[in-house]
Amino acid sequence: MNFQEIILRLQNYWGKQGCIIQQPYDVEKGAGTMNPATFLRALGPEPFNVAYVEPSRRPTDGRYGENPNRLQHYYQYQVILKPSPDNVIDLYMDSLRDLGIDPEKHDIRLVEDNWESPTLGAWGLGWEVWLDGMEVTQFTYFQQCGGYDCNPVCAEITYGLERIAMFIQNKESVFDIEWVDGITYADVHHQGEVDYSYYNFEYADIDTLITMFNLCEKEAMRIAEKNLVLPAYDYVLKCSHLFNLLDARGAISVTERMSYILRVRNLARMIASEYLKQRRRLGYPLIKDENLRLKLLETEEV
Amino acid sequence: MTRDLVFEIGMEEIPAAYMPKALEDLKNNAVSLLNKARLNYTEVKTYGTPRRLTLYVRELNEKQEDAVIENRGPKKAAAFDAEGKPTKALEGFARSQGIDIREVTIKDVRGVEYVFAIKTEKGALAVDVLPSLLYELLKSLSFPKSMRWGRYAFRFARPIRWLLALYGKEKIEFNLENLISSNWTYGHRFLSKGRIEVKSPADYFQVLADNYVVLNQEKRKEIIWEQIEKIAQDLGGKALKDKALLEELNYLVEYPTAFAGSFSPSYLEVPEEVLTTTMIEHQRYVPVFDKEGKLMNVFIGVRNGTDKFIDVVRAGNERVLKARLEDALFFWKEDLKQPLEKMAEKLENILFHERLGTIRDKVGRIEDIALFIGETYSLSSKDKIIRSANLCKADLVSNMVYEFPELQGIMGRYYALNQGEDREVSEAIFEHYLPRFAGDEIPKTETGLVLSLAEKIDNLTGFFAMGIKPSGSQDPYALRRQAIGIVNIIIDSGLKIDLASVIAKAYQNVVPFNPKKTEDETKAEVLDFILQRMRGALLEKDISYDVIDAVLAVPTGDLNDVLKRTLLIQEFKKDEKFSDFMTVFSRCNNLSKKWNKVEVDCAVLEDESEKILYDEYLKVKGEIEGILDKGDYEKALERIASLRNYVDNFFNRVMVMVDDEQLKATRLGLLKSIVKLCDNIADFSKIVE
Repeated sequence: MNFQEIILRLQNYWGKQGCIIQQPYDVEKGAGTMNPATFLRALGPEPFNVAYVEPSRRPTDGRYGENPNRLQHYYQYQVILKPSPDNVIDLYMDSLRDLGIDPEKHDIRLVEDNWESPTLGAWGLGWEVWLDGMEVTQFTYFQQCGGYDCNPVCAEITYGLERIAMFIQNKESVFDIEWVDGITYADVHHQGEVDYSYYNFEYADIDTLITMFNLCEKEAMRIAEKNLVLPAYDYVLKCSHLFNLLDARGAISVTERMSYILRVRNLARMIASEYLKQRRRLGYPLIKDENLRLKLLETEEV
Repeated sequence: MTRDLVFEIGMEEIPAAYMPKALEDLKNNAVSLLNKARLNYTEVKTYGTPRRLTLYVRELNEKQEDAVIENRGPKKAAAFDAEGKPTKALEGFARSQGIDIREVTIKDVRGVEYVFAIKTEKGALAVDVLPSLLYELLKSLSFPKSMRWGRYAFRFARPIRWLLALYGKEKIEFNLENLISSNWTYGHRFLSKGRIEVKSPADYFQVLADNYVVLNQEKRKEIIWEQIEKIAQDLGGKALKDKALLEELNYLVEYPTAFAGSFSPSYLEVPEEVLTTTMIEHQRYVPVFDKEGKLMNVFIGVRNGTDKFIDVVRAGNERVLKARLEDALFFWKEDLKQPLEKMAEKLENILFHERLGTIRDKVGRIEDIALFIGETYSLSSKDKIIRSANLCKADLVSNMVYEFPELQGIMGRYYALNQGEDREVSEAIFEHYLPRFAGDEIPKTETGLVLSLAEKIDNLTGFFAMGIKPSGSQDPYALRRQAIGIVNIIIDSGLKIDLASVIAKAYQNVVPFNPKKTEDETKAEVLDFILQRMRGALLEKDISYDVIDAVLAVPTGDLNDVLKRTLLIQEFKKDEKFSDFMTVFSRCNNLSKKWNKVEVDCAVLEDESEKILYDEYLKVKGEIEGILDKGDYEKALERIASLRNYVDNFFNRVMVMVDDEQLKATRLGLLKSIVKLCDNIADFSKIVE
């Protein structure tokens, strides 16, 4: 099964489970969690089931294309089920079967792993899923997002697509993954890993990045005041990515590190609060049960 | 009549680390709820796997015990009028208790007679009590971290997916959010299909056994260890028995099957600690050692399932470990390219604490304090101390320690030896973290010892100076452990060291960071904090409370002196001269307690007995000064005890509290002077005779 088929099968499987198949979000981000389809939709009372591929950037993980297991740009397959269904683990196991991985023939374990994102003010409890000793998925029940309690709670399933592909295709290097017949992952992404590693570690201009961070922070606040949630959130994502770049460049001392994280978290919190107000103003349109909808709208402002 | 009860909480995989306490709580809380409900039984047991917590109660009574309830009413005097007729108050009480006025009982309560309603409450049926009891039990469990799921408000370690409650053959039904407890369970997540009906508590154990669940955690642990030992033996080696790892493995599987895997011997060039840490911490594999105690290029994993397709599982695990070891080998080779002094330069980029600067700053402080200790007490050498202090934190910026923080110090020693550092310097880099936990070794080299003390005293002084102290269970910087480390190092090495002067030196180093507390406050608090740990160490040596309190009441920064004095007084208490000594001390102390002058005016002394006592006192005082300097406390105690006859004589002959103020002052001054002699050794007023 090539890389492309794996993605298509997951799209197909989760589509059949009633998920909206969304597309990647067009702003750089560190993980699928930061896509507004997760970060924002996890907030508030409205249900939401969605799945999408997310290209994710972790500048510090770059290895100039020389390490068989580490990339500064990789793909996650992200599923959000809100509220988390009672059979959510069975649904996940069936998705593995759909990829030709029979749990009966392997050793699958759910090992405690609690997820926390200080920059997003978010945390949840769950597991890493081990497939014959390899961590292939992160499974989290969101408890808080942007500093607000999640109610209902959503389940987030994040597949590491490259890991799963290496497992299925029995490859020892991520670059040997077959994307389609005759074309490997290296053909598509290797030069990017090299170029970005040079940029992230050696050539990124620190002053420019700091200036951009400050500008984006200011813009995020300015737009958020006008209740324009999504445009404001875009600038929060940019801040987060710029922070990661500065970090990779070794430009952030330990003392400053915490203060940058706090600045991004404050923005995330502000956006979360604006989003919650906006959904309420809209009357929670995704709640189809009319009685429940009216009851929620009657309750006091958060 | 009795029946067995089985109650199973079916969950998604609960963190392994939560299980031991969860099983204990489930048992204890069940016992207390059953006792409170007056439901008798013969035995309560709990069992658990990653997916279930099970309570089993053997021979649980079908009925609660009857209870006698006594409710107190009005005083007898208010319940009956002068003619002995019931009053309105009594009528009201009887009505509220639902009994007839003739049924009330009169009882005496602390001398006053009251009216009582004594009723027998019939025990209810267990089946009626159990639903709410089991719900309470479920609610009573708590975890380090708990969560909500779906639309529900209930919190638990992980989502609860089913509840089985069977009392004999009868279902006990209660609600939890969307669930109703019932009589079915699930087997192994992959080796059993769908829900399974359970007919009785006995059937429950059979059903699980048939569906690939080894429920009994003790039995499961035995099976795992037997399998591991057998495999290790077949490989010609011995498996590492790591209790924590075995415990975790036990709660990661319902049906264990151990298997062996191997890796290329070429990875054995990486230090052993790195390989075992990778196996244990990252992969939960058991390392295997050969007859000579050398790590073998194999590992043992434990699968949650049978041995079917075990080759696939083995191959997968081998591939994962290979990738991990490849990383480790890469880090090892990369780190070796960089000398430690180059790494040490980067320490200025790592924050130690926002109030206390970077690690580079800390290294400077360690060096200064260590040099002070080394020079003052003639330990190690200037060169060795400076070199090891400057390199001791360098490995914190190595790739390996970034990946495996628990290898700090261990990697530093490897890198130092590799670049040809002096053996003692290399050893000190590792030893300056010692002891790392209770029962850990203490530094063996002089340089390591000096560095370790400097590191810990800097930590304590720095944090205390900033007003950061442990409180209750909050001790984020493990300051208690470090103070215990200081105590253990000093006692075990027998080092005579004055902590107060070292703390003062450490404080000077913190001054540039704007401490919140003054030097005197910090010194007093740190010393007191260390002496508190010293108290614990002495109690462990079976020294009694009163002796410890008496000795610690005399301020000192010399822990071995404290140890010596406590041991001596403990022994002296058994000596026949001890009662002489205590008589001298007590008689003098009783009268002079509130007197704080030691002046004696010889000219006013009248009686022969007091003149002699004064002369004898002066003799003893002169001798003792020399004796105390040498730390010969035993001799000093004996000399003071020898004053007994003179003291007795004095009290037989003279009155201390006379009207003549001048004479009184001198006599009290004499007594106080003798007390002061004793105070050099300990505060004997705290001694329990």
